[in-house]
Amino acid sequence: MTAARTLYDKTWDDHVVHQAEDGTCLLYIDRHLVHEVTSPQAFEGLRMTGRRVRAPEKTIAVPDHNVPTTLDRANAATMTEDSRVQVEALDKNARDFGINYYPVSDVRQGIVHIVGPEQGWTLPGMTVVCGDSHTATHGAFGALAHGIGTSEVEHVLATQTLIQRKGKNMKVEITGSLMPGVTAKDITLSVIGATGTAGGTGYVIEYCGQAIRELSMEGRMTVCNMAIEGGARAGLIAPDETTFAYCMGRPHAPKGAKWEAAVAYWKTLFSDEGAHWDKVVTLRGEDIAPVVTWGTSPEDVLPITGTVPSPSDFTGGKVEAAQRSLDYMGLTPGMKLTDIAIDTVFIGSCTNGRIEDLRAAAAILKGKKIAVKRAMVVPGSGLVRAQAEEEGLAQIFIDAGFEWRLAGCSMCLAMNPDQLAPGERCAATSNRNFEGRQGRGGRTHLLSPAMAAAAAITGHLTDVREMMAETA
Amino acid sequence: MTPFTSLTGIAAPMPLVNIDTDMIIPKQFLKTIQRSGLGKNLFDEMRYTQDGAEIPGFVLNQPAYRHAEILIAGDNFGCGSSREHAPWALLDFGIRCVISTSFADIFYNNCFKNGILPIVLPQEVVDVLMADAQKGANARVTVDLAAQTVTTSDGQSFAFDVDSHRKHCLLNGLDDIGLTLEKSAAIDSYETKAAMTRPWV
Repeated sequence: MTAARTLYDKTWDDHVVHQAEDGTCLLYIDRHLVHEVTSPQAFEGLRMTGRRVRAPEKTIAVPDHNVPTTLDRANAATMTEDSRVQVEALDKNARDFGINYYPVSDVRQGIVHIVGPEQGWTLPGMTVVCGDSHTATHGAFGALAHGIGTSEVEHVLATQTLIQRKGKNMKVEITGSLMPGVTAKDITLSVIGATGTAGGTGYVIEYCGQAIRELSMEGRMTVCNMAIEGGARAGLIAPDETTFAYCMGRPHAPKGAKWEAAVAYWKTLFSDEGAHWDKVVTLRGEDIAPVVTWGTSPEDVLPITGTVPSPSDFTGGKVEAAQRSLDYMGLTPGMKLTDIAIDTVFIGSCTNGRIEDLRAAAAILKGKKIAVKRAMVVPGSGLVRAQAEEEGLAQIFIDAGFEWRLAGCSMCLAMNPDQLAPGERCAATSNRNFEGRQGRGGRTHLLSPAMAAAAAITGHLTDVREMMAETA
Repeated sequence: MTPFTSLTGIAAPMPLVNIDTDMIIPKQFLKTIQRSGLGKNLFDEMRYTQDGAEIPGFVLNQPAYRHAEILIAGDNFGCGSSREHAPWALLDFGIRCVISTSFADIFYNNCFKNGILPIVLPQEVVDVLMADAQKGANARVTVDLAAQTVTTSDGQSFAFDVDSHRKHCLLNGLDDIGLTLEKSAAIDSYETKAAMTRPWV
């Protein structure tokens, strides 16, 4: 009998090409996702050494980070020279090396971590990498998925493998069910609040428990997406019927006999009873409240009913960091989080740019008007955008006063003109509240799409549950 | 890749915890399609005002640390974005070694691909090195990769751990891709086997 293994152990074992005596492994990569910002130097490296892409059929590229999301983006003048050069470099590299490509003009274009699952490239039990830390998103399918640097992008392009050391196993269990108004985003932020941004360093997380099982694939992707904000390179959720139903019929998912064989294999992908965990964290689903961040690290998270903390609430290096965060964010200890006035609302990103996220926000916004200076919705892909239009969600956003944008990373990392001005305060459904992340001097509060919608209506951070009580 | 064997140089103290890669190199500098030239924008928003003037209080703007080759940093250095522009910017500035109590995984890995040595040491040792670095430019720290030691300006020496494969590659400036391509036969046979067991991939 083989020893009990975790889901991570099983996926790892099935991808080891070679193991050296010191434990360093060569791991096979099933899917390599590529975007315009972290790949040009890698393709240039291939050209300089005369190397080819080993498995172009397993390599998928889409421009997302740098592309404008305004409706006039087909006009080349909407891009700065350096942005245009970068997107054109991806166009050329995709063509020259024969990889799968969704250009800006394609309706399927969008954020790489939304396009991959949507097109059926991401499937359970696969290894998935991308030169982007939010590759963890794909772990929602029970795929071992993580971000890599550009040197590793080049390594995967040339060899379809990565040199890796195995990480440790961490189980994050969310027991019971979530309360009304609480979402996947609140789970993932609450976990980071509990473990800290370095709590997952060196680990691969498996999220499990009833509250995770009850999430849709969209919600599971939101949870896994932010594993990296807790320091874990990858976060996994064992595949189940919800996963299979999502995958079935997608353009690049298997069909017929291959589908049957795939599902049979996918059903073996779970952590065995008695498998070893190096670390276990358990949260009660009922205890999780709608949360927001107050500081400049994703671990600076509190229930919306809370108050801004004081540096003296912390110890060690975090005292100075908390003071710096408060200064940067322009907040005073003791003030109620719901008293924080918001200038801008951003709904989108690989964390919360899927159809379910737009539905949740639209449900709160229906028939209401925004009370903030500006608000925008940036769908995660052209197909999410089309579906939202078909479902009438787009009109709800537009009627409320939101800008209805084209797909891209947009204000999540603010590489394109979608940026905050110094001091501008934003309620954002994205994943990072770092200093300057959304624009130099910009102030970011992370929250769920429903909470972002609530803040848009009131003009300050708001407990969405109160708004739900009103409409009920 | 330039090999890393040993280094004696100025160490700059950056005790702030959770220094993320957005701080190390902000996104507006990621539009380059080159690896070089990022050093002038290293820590850009901490280092310069909006108008581009140097902020005198920032450590790398202080005369003693303008030529620092080593950083002594707070916990969880390099967290956040996977951008390899972060180690590229450090290297272009002249930083070849970063010492902290912990690093984010992706950043840690990216350092080794670029000839930068990240060293993890316990809090009490980092505290000693931080105090040493705060003495200024006369304090020169020695990092010896072969011996796996860090030595302070007053001769205190501390051992550190490093993965043997990474150490070998760094000492010899080896290209990972070249090494992996030597295992092409193993990759071929893996693909042949996987085509049978997981034909849908």
